[in-house]
Amino acid sequence: MAAQAPQSTSEYILHHLTNNAQGSGFWTFHVDTLAVSAIIGFVVFGLLYLVGRKASPGVPGRLQNFVEMVVELVDGSVKGIFHGKNELVAPLALTIFVWVFMMNAMDLLPIDLLPKLVGYAGVHEFKSVPTTDPNLTFAMSLSVFGLMIYYNYKIKGADGFAREAMSSPFGPKLAPINVLFRIIEDIAKPLSLALRLFGNMYAGEMIFILIALLPYWVQWLLGAPWAIFHILIITLQAYIFMMLTIVYLSMAHESH
Amino acid sequence: MDINATLLGQAITFAILVWFTMRFVWPPLMEAMEERAKRIADGLAAADKGRHDLELAETRAKTILREGKQQAQENIIHAQKRADEIIEEAKANARTEGERIVAAARDQITQETQQAKEQLQREVGRLALVGAEQVLMREVDANAHRDVLDKLAARL
Repeated sequence: MAAQAPQSTSEYILHHLTNNAQGSGFWTFHVDTLAVSAIIGFVVFGLLYLVGRKASPGVPGRLQNFVEMVVELVDGSVKGIFHGKNELVAPLALTIFVWVFMMNAMDLLPIDLLPKLVGYAGVHEFKSVPTTDPNLTFAMSLSVFGLMIYYNYKIKGADGFAREAMSSPFGPKLAPINVLFRIIEDIAKPLSLALRLFGNMYAGEMIFILIALLPYWVQWLLGAPWAIFHILIITLQAYIFMMLTIVYLSMAHESH
Repeated sequence: MDINATLLGQAITFAILVWFTMRFVWPPLMEAMEERAKRIADGLAAADKGRHDLELAETRAKTILREGKQQAQENIIHAQKRADEIIEEAKANARTEGERIVAAARDQITQETQQAKEQLQREVGRLALVGAEQVLMREVDANAHRDVLDKLAARL
């Protein structure tokens, strides 16, 4: 899968890093990101739904067993960190973990596979890993941020929230500094959450693109180890995103 | 790399997925898992109870066995004692019976000896009489000499 004949190396790289954008200005939509993430969500969560509907308390089948393993991992993490009472957090964590993991896993497909396939259908710009699009990572992290603010407000009330923002970490006498710190802290949360995932996946994709530029007979030498290593990265990134979400929401539920 | 309306679209997708998971995926799975955990716990408890029951039954069986053995031992000892008693009794009976038989025989012997003596006395008396008749060559009045003869017979 070396560079196609009419393309130069930089064109090839750029081509693989460009989203299929439709529209103009702010109202631009990255159709590839939206479509791939939606399809993955539909397929994976449809599957989870089917497993859940057929889930029996008796001896589980292989698929049910696997799904339960994932659910148990998420449930264990949530129970370990989050001590409040909230029906949303655990399913939210599961959604994040599974969805992010599956979108990250698109990275393991040969990088030219999907672009080639949709190319036959007449679509010439296509990025197959949705998590390399900051729009997606920010959409998720800002949603988490919104929930964080909402629960801070809901659990502690407006005054409790304000008091906490003004009095920690340095005590009420340094309220302006505390508020400033709190603002920085809270802005850093969604920013780091989104950029960490995006950065890791973007960099990983970049390496795959560079490997794809090598002659075909030597690609496996770098491609295989990187892909194997990447299995760890995609899992880890999905896990980190999930854990931090739980931690942030847990902090929103606990008063200092 | 630019942020645009894709973000809104993704946020909507994300919200839908979270809602879907919360509504349709998480509850049935958790329910099934909790139910299974409960079943396993029940099963383990039942197994524990079964093991405990088995232990109790084994203890009881052992007790019964021990009691049975003891009973048997007692029976054997009892039987032995009884047998000894019977033997002793039989021996005693035999001894009495033997003594009785010996005594009866002795009586009979004494009696027969007595009879023989008497017969002999009569015979001697008669012989003496016959002898005297021969000596005197005459009729002796047996009645007149009965006391002599009786004295003679008594000396035999």
